[in-house]
Amino acid sequence: MSLITNNKFVNFFKGFAVTGKQPAKPMITVQYPEFKRPKPERSHGRHVLNRYEDGMEKCIGCELCAGVCPARCIFVRGADNPPDNPVSPGERYGFVYEINYLRCIHCDMCVEACPTEAITESKLFEFSFTNREDAIYTKSELVVDDAGKPKVMPWEDWKPGDDKNTSAWVRATAPSGRADLEGVPLWSGELGYGVRPAQAGQSDAASPEYSADFDISMRDAESAELRGAGVSAERNVRPGGPS
Amino acid sequence: MILADTFSGDPAFNHGLSAWAWLIVVVKVLVVFVALQGLVVFMIMFERKVIGRLANRPGPNRAGPNGWLQAVADGLKLFVKETLVPSTADKFVYRLAPVISLVAAFVTFAIVPVGGVERFGTYSTRLQMADPPWGILLMLMASGIGVYGVMLGGWASGSKYPLIGAVRASAQMVSYEAALGLTVATVVLLTGSLHTSAIVAAQHGGFLYHWNIFRAFGAPAAFFFIAVTAEMTRPPFDLVEAEEELAGGYNVEYSSVGFMLFYFAEYVAVITNSAIFVTLFLGGPDGPHIAGTDVGPLWFALKLLVMLYIYVWMRATLPRLRYDQLMDLGWKRLIPGSLALLLIVAGARISWRWGLAALAGSILAFVLLAQAIDVGRAQQEGEGMLSELDAP
Repeated sequence: MSLITNNKFVNFFKGFAVTGKQPAKPMITVQYPEFKRPKPERSHGRHVLNRYEDGMEKCIGCELCAGVCPARCIFVRGADNPPDNPVSPGERYGFVYEINYLRCIHCDMCVEACPTEAITESKLFEFSFTNREDAIYTKSELVVDDAGKPKVMPWEDWKPGDDKNTSAWVRATAPSGRADLEGVPLWSGELGYGVRPAQAGQSDAASPEYSADFDISMRDAESAELRGAGVSAERNVRPGGPS
Repeated sequence: MILADTFSGDPAFNHGLSAWAWLIVVVKVLVVFVALQGLVVFMIMFERKVIGRLANRPGPNRAGPNGWLQAVADGLKLFVKETLVPSTADKFVYRLAPVISLVAAFVTFAIVPVGGVERFGTYSTRLQMADPPWGILLMLMASGIGVYGVMLGGWASGSKYPLIGAVRASAQMVSYEAALGLTVATVVLLTGSLHTSAIVAAQHGGFLYHWNIFRAFGAPAAFFFIAVTAEMTRPPFDLVEAEEELAGGYNVEYSSVGFMLFYFAEYVAVITNSAIFVTLFLGGPDGPHIAGTDVGPLWFALKLLVMLYIYVWMRATLPRLRYDQLMDLGWKRLIPGSLALLLIVAGARISWRWGLAALAGSILAFVLLAQAIDVGRAQQEGEGMLSELDAP
């Protein structure tokens, strides 16, 4: 028996069976510009400057983001709030806020440094500007609009729903790292969204939101339309989340 | 004289060398030439699409309807690119080499019978460009000339890397040409004629049953298939170009049109050699009649498509051979194997006693050969080539 099953000659043709069977399986290719896979919740993209629910800006002009930035792409200057028409709650506000996206490496350290959760990263990475001026995002481009949505530049490719995850970068875990704070929102609300709900905790292995293996989970979640017509989305679903 | 011989098999000339007969020849030449070019474009797309599906992806799907114009786009792109001629190149030979490759690839199709004899008014002609008395030898001649295209291309580039690539390529092609010639000789022995039309006619009658692929236990077909695949440097024998690990071969100094012609020649060779395989082993246009009519060309096209699919399938499946594996396969297995096969078939043509004698002799020779290879291998391991080079 082993002469047949483990025969070089037979194995040679088994290889042809492996490739020959592929056309019967669904393609895993996603037709990218038309269809896009959902982005991971914690992916890093273009920044936004958030505002409180009452419309006040969160940025206080402390320049911690600029100080921590390893690429030195952030330029911030703070100024005292005008007493009659304050921009942010508190003493000072971000008067100038510029990010040079020719330098930014999307490390998210500015987001971690920010004491007021003013700067967060959206999931948008498809913003190919064509000149250096467009590369430098000024404050007016970074601050969310009156509905709390990020402003859309002409060269940015936002898809519906992309603005859903513009902030709350630590939503799955407790900011302090304490397990008993898991699932407890410790962040302020935002204009247009309120206090965003906590993600399922990272110790919640069954949660589909937290998966160490994003590719597999996304592949399961995607519908056939993401891959174009006529392809079924049946894949092996990995049971029980991350192991 | 040669010209008359070439077309002597064509019934169009039964009424003498008239202008109409020549017109038929010219039309046939044009049809084959244009059809082959169309087939090449089709083959490139077919290959990329099928390989895509075999690798669980869609393949090119942007240019034109479902991506089928991708090959045209690639060709146009290559065509408008700058033609770079290295300053050290032999300019004339550098430009000539791709043309040699292309002509050698094209010319083989002349002897492929696409169908039987067709009537056009008073003239009848074979659906075959030419049926010369030397027949299938034209294919061996063309593949021999094809080596010159590769060799001259690498040499004329005036750079050492193409030269190394050309030496590698021509060594491979020359090695497998011997096995190719021996297997073709076996088929000629089985059929008793060099005429491709006669080889096809001998396989007629009884679908599948009389095809050469089943004669002599399929050994000639298998040997021929391997040899011809190596001869035209298709995967898994494509280490002539080996984009992934060797970054090209004889054609690295070629760009634009020259590169395109080499590329084109490669695909023409795939099609013509598949057609030759169909002719020699799959009965050419042989197949059951549909609705009472002989649809030879249809069967031929179908068989050709199956062959092309097999080549694509092989490319999607098999890893590339190492150079020593390639040479081992050629010199230690294919050439002795096809030589033994030729002897056995030749003996069997005389009488079964001679056949058995040749078989016994071949087995004895193979035992000796295996011994010789073992001895050689032991010697190499003891004082291998590398240690010899390192020695002071």
